[in-house]
Parts: sequence; structure tokens; C-alpha cells
Amino acid sequence: MKIHEYQAKEILKKFNVPIQEGYAIDNSKDIDSTIKKVQADFNSEAVVVKAQIHAGGRGKGGGVKYCPTFEDAQDAANTILGMNLITHQTGPEGKMVNKILITEALDIEEEYYFAITFDRSKNSDVFIVSKEGGVDIEEVAENSPEKIIKSWIDDSPNALEDAVKEIISSLSLEKFENVEQMFKDLYRCYIESDCSLLEINPLVSTTNEEIIALDAKVDIDSNSLFRHPEIAAYHDKSEEDPLELQAAEYGLNYIKLDGNVGCMVNGAGLAMATMDIVKHCGGEPANFLDVGGAANVETIKNGFKIILSDKNVKSILINIFGGIVRCDRVANGVIQAVKELELDVIVVVRLQGTNAKLAKKILDESDIELISAETINEAATKAVEMIK
Amino acid sequence: MSILLNKNTNILIQGITGSEGSFHAEQMIEYGSKVVCGVTPGKGGQTATENKLPVFNSIHDAKKEFKIDATVIFVPPRFAAQAIIEAIEESIELIVCISEGIPTRDMVTVKNMLDKSSSTLIGPNCPGLITAEESKIGITPGFICKKGSVGILSRSGTLTYEAIDQVVNVGLGITTAVGIGGDPVIGSSMIDILKHFKDDDDTKGIVMIGEIGGNMENDAARWVKENLNKPVVSFIAGQTAPKGKRMGHAGAIISEGSETAEAKIKILKECGISVANTVSEIGITMKSLIG
Repeated sequence: MKIHEYQAKEILKKFNVPIQEGYAIDNSKDIDSTIKKVQADFNSEAVVVKAQIHAGGRGKGGGVKYCPTFEDAQDAANTILGMNLITHQTGPEGKMVNKILITEALDIEEEYYFAITFDRSKNSDVFIVSKEGGVDIEEVAENSPEKIIKSWIDDSPNALEDAVKEIISSLSLEKFENVEQMFKDLYRCYIESDCSLLEINPLVSTTNEEIIALDAKVDIDSNSLFRHPEIAAYHDKSEEDPLELQAAEYGLNYIKLDGNVGCMVNGAGLAMATMDIVKHCGGEPANFLDVGGAANVETIKNGFKIILSDKNVKSILINIFGGIVRCDRVANGVIQAVKELELDVIVVVRLQGTNAKLAKKILDESDIELISAETINEAATKAVEMIK
Repeated sequence: MSILLNKNTNILIQGITGSEGSFHAEQMIEYGSKVVCGVTPGKGGQTATENKLPVFNSIHDAKKEFKIDATVIFVPPRFAAQAIIEAIEESIELIVCISEGIPTRDMVTVKNMLDKSSSTLIGPNCPGLITAEESKIGITPGFICKKGSVGILSRSGTLTYEAIDQVVNVGLGITTAVGIGGDPVIGSSMIDILKHFKDDDDTKGIVMIGEIGGNMENDAARWVKENLNKPVVSFIAGQTAPKGKRMGHAGAIISEGSETAEAKIKILKECGISVANTVSEIGITMKSLIG
């Protein structure tokens, strides 16, 4: 689960990590009072206004503004709150800014990149740091990979101690007194909050000789939310695609894509493979949709509803491998759903597995317009050809 | 011959009194699996399923009355890591975890323990494994399997079934099919399973099904090139998956260039592995190699 910068900073603060302080607001009526409060509480005439959206590249897109005076801050806050922010991560359609964070401005000396994530290949957490902070780290990795330092934390007794020493030395931060403790606190925050990513870009040193997290990007392992109710409450539904949200409420796993062949499949791997074969046959998949292990009338009906909410969809390819689920039941479910929803798109059905032959007979003999197919290839070809 | 599992494997079911556990216990027994007992903490002394299998409070208690070779875990995700740890501590040789949605952090702890133990873990978030016409552990539909010469391993459940079905339909049949799971941290990697297939004389060819995310397929491809003298057919799902979107499986998300389907297919081919162009061509590609 993704969370906002201001939420990530709230978590960091609980672990004693020094952060750039500020207040988040979602109502333009609060702009003036919040700027004054930031100026007073943190003794800083200049403030920074930062758009809170779940995407990087906010600065380049005009979503982060340094404001030397109260009036500048007013202007910036009124512009950014409610703007449609387009960055390289939002896609061309951009994202509506519903919240802004107004923070103190700091006198920055150096900017560093810092992240902790999990390295699958080593079954270890890894610190990733660079002296090239405050910029797009992917660009640094691409152009000058030698400037990125990785230090792994395995389960040996001194692993954390050693890794922290290594990153302090590679960033030349020895002169800062509390930096060792801060990196340990960051790691503790990462572990205890079940983060899948904790990224501080930039981590800065100030002219007051302090090290401070200027930004924070934290992704939480969704599977762990049962033990973090306070983090679960950070979930911002307005950041998500409404169709994907609705699908999740139905217990379906749906991701919208740009094509016109809707796909309804059981199992994530088979769902991806089905999208791939649609493309291979010359079509474009409209979505990823995994209806899960127990495909029944209800899940299929809900699947149709979600797919059809996307007006680009011209045909729907249903590909179910009935293992424990019996295909004849799925076939009856498809027929019932098509009747109830009065579909007017082409539906191609391929059912394989338990009672597949019976299922095909049921589909072929039904009085509704369905195209049945035996192999995935045949099904995909039909779903693509019929709409050309 | 087969790998990891045969008709004599004594199986325990953790979570046997739950709806999933009891349903699949029946299915496994019907297929011929030697399920001997189950464990549900707090329900020791009861019986489960129509076969009246004894239920114990712990694996420790079960071991006093039965020889246990393997355990399969059908418990809710928040308790699943603890269930795996219990099995490791009781030195169960083969542990299969079906549960989906276990926190990654829990699995890191499990994996570190596992590496210091003699147990093998398959999963989590997997369909389990099946040795054709002998035994199955997990949820793979038994009726699609026929005994034959192809070993199957896959990160995805329904793609495992699809591969079995195709390999059987082209007349080859399978030895053992193993679903290794779709999570970022899993007990057995592709290489771990390939090593078993390498040593199994009945396995003449291997189908290896991967997907986007991680580098396991790339590591496996290089291992195959160096160590394996049997034909391997591969398929990688997710060629049309957008970057940064998690495609159902927690492990199926692209974060590096080498984790895309395109990059994996390139490496697999460079290592001499036949890659099926589409999911429909897995069976016929294998047939063309060992038919």
C-alpha cells in the first residue's frame, strides 16, 4: 500500500527520525492559518508547499514550491491544492491534488539519496545510498551506477552495525553526531512498520550541521496491515482507480489497461498469459482480471460489471481453468450473468478442466449469443477477430 | 520415480478442521494420498473428515503416534508463518504451504530458519505438488494428471494446471508437478526444484513456468545451461504487464529491467531453453523436443 509523504513522516517521527516538519491540509480555507502556524512553530519565514499525491517527480511537475514570503506561500498553496498534477509517474492524465503539506524551509548543504528495501535474490534487506540525492535515482542508476552504494543486512549478529558503518563512510557523514542512531532508527521503522520500501530522497545535511529527512516515500506490505491498524487508516481511496477499488470490494483483482478486449480469468499467472495471447493475436487487452479460485455466478457477474464499466471494451474473453471449480457450474454462471446484465458485447468462453465437455455443450446449446472455444489460442483469436 | 512425493509419503494437514483444510483433505485422500492425521491447536482429540482422521493440538503430539514425512498448511495467513516454523522445529522433511497473503517480513524469518534446517518448504501461496497417479499434497486437480515423463514447475497455480493438461493431451504425461508459489519470498526456488528433476531418471523433460518480477527465472536459466542435460521448455507470463503494477501475485511486479518478461525470455533463450511463444504452445513445444 502506498501512503503520502506527510503520513510517512508521521511514522518516521514515531521512530525519532528527524524530519522536515509541517502540517497537511485539504481545505483552502486553512491555507493562511497553516502557513502562519508553520512560520511560528518552526521559526521559519520561508516555507515549502508540497503536493501530496502517490507519485514521484512532483517538483518537476510544479507540485513543490519554495516560498520566501507569506504571500508567495499563499499563491503557491492556492495554485497547488486542487491542481491536476502531471509527472512522469502519473501518466499523461495526471493526478488531482487533494492535499498539500506546508513545511518549514531548511538551509540545505548537501543532498543524499537513502532507501531500504528487500533484495529477493539475497533474502536480505538492503540499504541503497548515494551522494547524488534529490534527483531521479533511476537516472543516476542508469548513467552512473558507480555512484549508488548498496549494503546488505543479512541475519548475522553484526549485520546492521556493519551496514550502517559502511553507508556512513561511503556518504562521508562521520562528522554528524547522531547519524548512526538515525540510520538504525530508520531500519527499525522499516522493520517494525512492515515497509516494502522506505525511501528518503533527499536526506539532507543543513547549515546547522543536522541530518534531516526532507522527503519520505514509504510503501507498506499490504499483507501486514492486520497488525498495523493505524497505518491501514492511511489508505487514501481517492488515489486509486475507482474501478480497481470497486473490484477489490467484490474480492476481484482488476487492473485497467488501454485495449478493447476484456479478459476474465482465474489465477494471476493465467490472467497475465491470457492478456499476452490477446496481444499475440493482434489485439489489445483491456484489463487484467483474476476472479480467484472460486469462480461462481456472483464473481462472474461482478467481473462482467467491472469489465463493462470500461467503455472501450468491445469483446470479453473468459478463460477459466476449472480445477476444484466445475466448468459446468461456471458455464451456467456465465449464461445467467449474460442474461441478467443484457450484454451487448461479444463474449468468447473457454472452459477447461473438470467437466469441460459438459460445459461446452451447455454453452453451445444455450439460447444466448456466446462463442465457445476449446483452446486459449482459439478463444483469443476469436475475441480479437470478431471486433475487427 | 518422481520427486519429493510418492504414494508412501505420510502426510499431516495443519488446519484440518477449517473449511479449506477439510475439503482438500477429502480431495487428497480420494486421489490416493496417504493422509494420516491433522493438527488444529485447541482441537486435539477430535476427528476430522469422513475418514475420521485424528486431530492433534500440535505436530509434536501427532509425531508420538504417527510417522510424518510431509505436512500441508491450510491456515489463515496471519498464523501461517508460525505453522511453518512449528513444522521446521519438528524436523518435518517436506512442508507445503498453500496459504496466500503471508506478510513478507514473516517469510524472511521463516526463510532464515529454513536455511539452517533440513526441511524443504514449497510455497507459500502455491497449489502444492502432485505425483501423477500416486499422491498429491495441496489443491492441484488430480484428474488432469497422467503418469509420464515430464516434470513441471511453476510460480502460478492455474498455469501449472494448464501446463499439466497440455503435456498430458500431447501424450507425454507427467512425473511430478510442483507449484512453487507467487510470493516474493518462497521456500524452494526454481533451481531447488530443477535439482530434484535432474536426479530423477523418469523425468525426461522439464516445463518451467515463470512470470514477471524477481530474477529467479534468470538464475534458473543460467543454472540449466551449466548443470542440466535434459530439455527444458519455458513460458513467461506478463509480456503485456505494465511496469510498477502488481499483477495479482505479490511477487509479480517489475522493479528492474531484468525482471520484465522480455528480458527473461532473452536470457532463457541464450541459455538454450525453448521458450513457448504463447501459453497455448507449452505442450506441443515439449512434444517436439522429447516426443
